[in-house]
Amino acid sequence: MLTPADLDALLLTFKVASLATLFMLLIGTPLAWWLARTNSIFKGFINAIVSLTLVLPPTVLGFYLLVLMGPAGVIGKLTNELGLGTLPFTFPGLVIASVLYSMPFVVQPLQAAFTSIGEQPLEAAATLGASPLDTFFSVVVPLTKPGFLTASILGFTHTVGEFGVVLMIGGNIPDKTRVVSVQIYNHVEALEYSEAHWLAGCLLAFSFAVLFILYTVLKTQPNVQQLK
Amino acid sequence: MPPITARFQLAYNKFSLDVDLQLPSTGITILFGSSGSGKTTLLRCIAGLEQAPIGFLEINGSVWQDSEHKVFLPTYQRNLGYVFQEANLFPHLSVEDNLQFGLKRLDKRPNKADLKNLLELLGIEHLLKRKPDRLSGGEKQRVAIARALALNPDILLMDEPLAALDFKRKQEILPFLTRLHQQLEIPVLYVTHSHQEVAQLTDTLVLLEEGKVLASGSLSETLSRLDLPFAQDKEASTVWQATLIAHEADYYLTRVTITDESLSLPFIDAALGTSLRIQIYARDVSIALEKPKATSILNILPAIINDFTHDSYGQCIVQLRVGTQSLLAHITRKSALLLGLKRDMPVYVQIKGTSLLN
Repeated sequence: MLTPADLDALLLTFKVASLATLFMLLIGTPLAWWLARTNSIFKGFINAIVSLTLVLPPTVLGFYLLVLMGPAGVIGKLTNELGLGTLPFTFPGLVIASVLYSMPFVVQPLQAAFTSIGEQPLEAAATLGASPLDTFFSVVVPLTKPGFLTASILGFTHTVGEFGVVLMIGGNIPDKTRVVSVQIYNHVEALEYSEAHWLAGCLLAFSFAVLFILYTVLKTQPNVQQLK
Repeated sequence: MPPITARFQLAYNKFSLDVDLQLPSTGITILFGSSGSGKTTLLRCIAGLEQAPIGFLEINGSVWQDSEHKVFLPTYQRNLGYVFQEANLFPHLSVEDNLQFGLKRLDKRPNKADLKNLLELLGIEHLLKRKPDRLSGGEKQRVAIARALALNPDILLMDEPLAALDFKRKQEILPFLTRLHQQLEIPVLYVTHSHQEVAQLTDTLVLLEEGKVLASGSLSETLSRLDLPFAQDKEASTVWQATLIAHEADYYLTRVTITDESLSLPFIDAALGTSLRIQIYARDVSIALEKPKATSILNILPAIINDFTHDSYGQCIVQLRVGTQSLLAHITRKSALLLGLKRDMPVYVQIKGTSLLN
């Protein structure tokens, strides 16, 4: 059965993933919109930066973040100046690291969705008197709803599954940074296989359910091709 | 209303647009040209969807672009209606919500009766609750036209609105456009490369080639100009504006008058005094030096030869004057030589057939 510590870990994981997903959508949406529409020479550069965490070992990202956010790092000095203390081994630090780590899983589906709707609906909206911002909320968002759902689900699940970054930047502090993946590792280390089974099973069922929904239910959503 | 002034200069890699146009403030002006002639680009410049680096645009007394004074009104602030080649309806909205999309963003709502008339005119009242994916191509395009016109725009821009439709759908929409033509009081700029649409809809014709204006003027004048590709085309024709004056019920004929002359046409079910648009194909016109006596052809009119030219396929293209109207005739070069055609020569034209355009 799940122990109280396991439940705490689950709750914490849910909190981190929800907050991280929210921030990823807030930052990722304008970023993906810009990437989908710009011809700027920086497009390739920014694309590479955003996608970097897809290929980088999580420990590398975690290491750099630890250095940057630590007392001697640029960010660490800044947060100290502001009286926030340093971020490693704290809940906010974990959320920030998660946002950076899972960002491509939010930006890429959004970017693909924005690209796929093309210029036509935007031009139609402009000729009907809608400003660019108005057009974004009244035309682009409804037309790319499946993209937003995919982005949220992938961002959330990828955050739930992270381990390397958490260990580097969050450590293993109950109720603060001990998420499910770390808790499973703890159980295995302690040879508590039955506890590990319960938690691992929970994650497996959750991940499968989410992907199942993604591939079956969302397929029936109206897609952008009908525009033509 | 003051006329429309449009001057644009813009250059891409291999394409450049350089136009300076004064267009009438009512009626349909057709921008005609082959693909790549710049007609769509010109329309997009007028809509502000494209920004010409050098440009001046004044419509209905308001300046939409003046590059000299760094004035460029974004599209969404221009009071215009735009009909795209593909209807471009919002797929997530019903027909009604598509129509309301622009209306909601207007300062003053047009009255309900106007909107109802428009829906009736375009025959789409029964479609309001449907989503665009439940409409035929022709229905989509009619909704798109209604959506653009509902805004009471200062100008209506139409970019090949029939090009994406098959022949049957075209025939379904053209009558609606002709009706609009008679009822609209705003200028319409209409891009097409279809001769049929030109003959049926145009008041003013602007001919574009490689980004430049080759000719612009009234339809009948432009169609019969020997130096333009229209007159040489196999489908070359002239369009006359006629008035219905009598019915000859026994013969199933209708008589119409064009200034001084009159013509017999197959019976037209319309009231006396109706204004009609008649198309006469150049291949249906033959020339005789003396008035033919025993002939089955009913429409024989006196004419003067204005000018003629030969093409490289043994054909002579003759431009004639019938009263104040221009008329084109395609005859063989051999006939032209045998008749000894000269400029200002009085002749008779026999018109084998006419088609009614409205």
